[in-house]
Amino acid sequence: MNAKTKNMLLAAGVVVLALTALLRVPAGKADVFGGTDDQAGAVIETLKPGYKPWFAPLWEPPSGEIESLLFGLQSAAGAGALFYALGYWRGRRTAAKGRDA
Amino acid sequence: MHIMEGYLPVTHAIGWTVASAPFLGYGLHRLSRWNRENPSGRLFLGACAGFAFVLSAMKIPSVTGSCSHPTGIGLGAALLGPFPMMVMGSFVLLFQALLLAHGGLTTLGANVFSMCVVGSLLAWGVHRTALSLRMPQGAALFLAAMLSDLGTYATTSFQLGLAFPATQGGVAASILKFALVFLPTQVPLAVSEGLLTVLVFNLLKSHLGEDSRFPTFHRRAVNCGAFSGQPNRVGEPVVEFDPMNSNGAAR
Repeated sequence: MNAKTKNMLLAAGVVVLALTALLRVPAGKADVFGGTDDQAGAVIETLKPGYKPWFAPLWEPPSGEIESLLFGLQSAAGAGALFYALGYWRGRRTAAKGRDA
Repeated sequence: MHIMEGYLPVTHAIGWTVASAPFLGYGLHRLSRWNRENPSGRLFLGACAGFAFVLSAMKIPSVTGSCSHPTGIGLGAALLGPFPMMVMGSFVLLFQALLLAHGGLTTLGANVFSMCVVGSLLAWGVHRTALSLRMPQGAALFLAAMLSDLGTYATTSFQLGLAFPATQGGVAASILKFALVFLPTQVPLAVSEGLLTVLVFNLLKSHLGEDSRFPTFHRRAVNCGAFSGQPNRVGEPVVEFDPMNSNGAAR
């Protein structure tokens, strides 16, 4: 199996795992695809009813749109750094090959 | 794994901050020294940090019908050693605490401990152990990333259980309760993180070239042809542990 096929299979594995989850939406579940962080908050509520957080975030994204904007920004910045490095190394290798030839 | 702002009692918030601080301090110290000695390695560190930024922003659906996110810490921690990723991961958490109201400043210490300290140490330890058992590089990285991801969420369960003991069964029952919220959802995501980590490693390796060596944080080991364009000079410390070239045996 060549490297490209291997990488495709790895990526396909991730997609299949996520799709499997999406396709079997649990019936009658109140909080469909909610976050586990929030669910942990709900568990705290059952363990210690009436718990009041003693500190509030200094700033909260004013809407879900702004929140997804910032999440998008975070992953775009990360992908930018990762692929900048990959492109840099690839370009350097190509240039080195050109000199040798 | 983000414990929400204000959701840890004051003593716990302070305790986890104090527990994380020495790791971060030492991480920063190592990072700045390594940066000076090895400026061309910065790009590699940036690539690993970028991977963590991407993965920890992705809320992925899981078969349990809930969403959660991978951490992305495993790749850098396995390849570079645990300390640099402790620092890089903390940047991610700080960004999310300040701008996304995800996690928080009072819970930052606890979140840094679970994701950056435990996550990095696990990834690094598992990777080294797997290589010393002569496992192939891909399998070793897969295991390291997967277990680092799961270990992070297990630590969060422990932290929450400790802070909110159940009236019946106490701390242990409570830890179990939180673990049942996090871990079943996290298993398929941890597998995904393992697969993605191997994928990105393959890309790094093919783009850097077969004979590339990575600078590592282990000992004073430095390098390296891959970054400086120069072969190792005589008298320079030899790379003690070379994840890119190791075919299963850690030297």
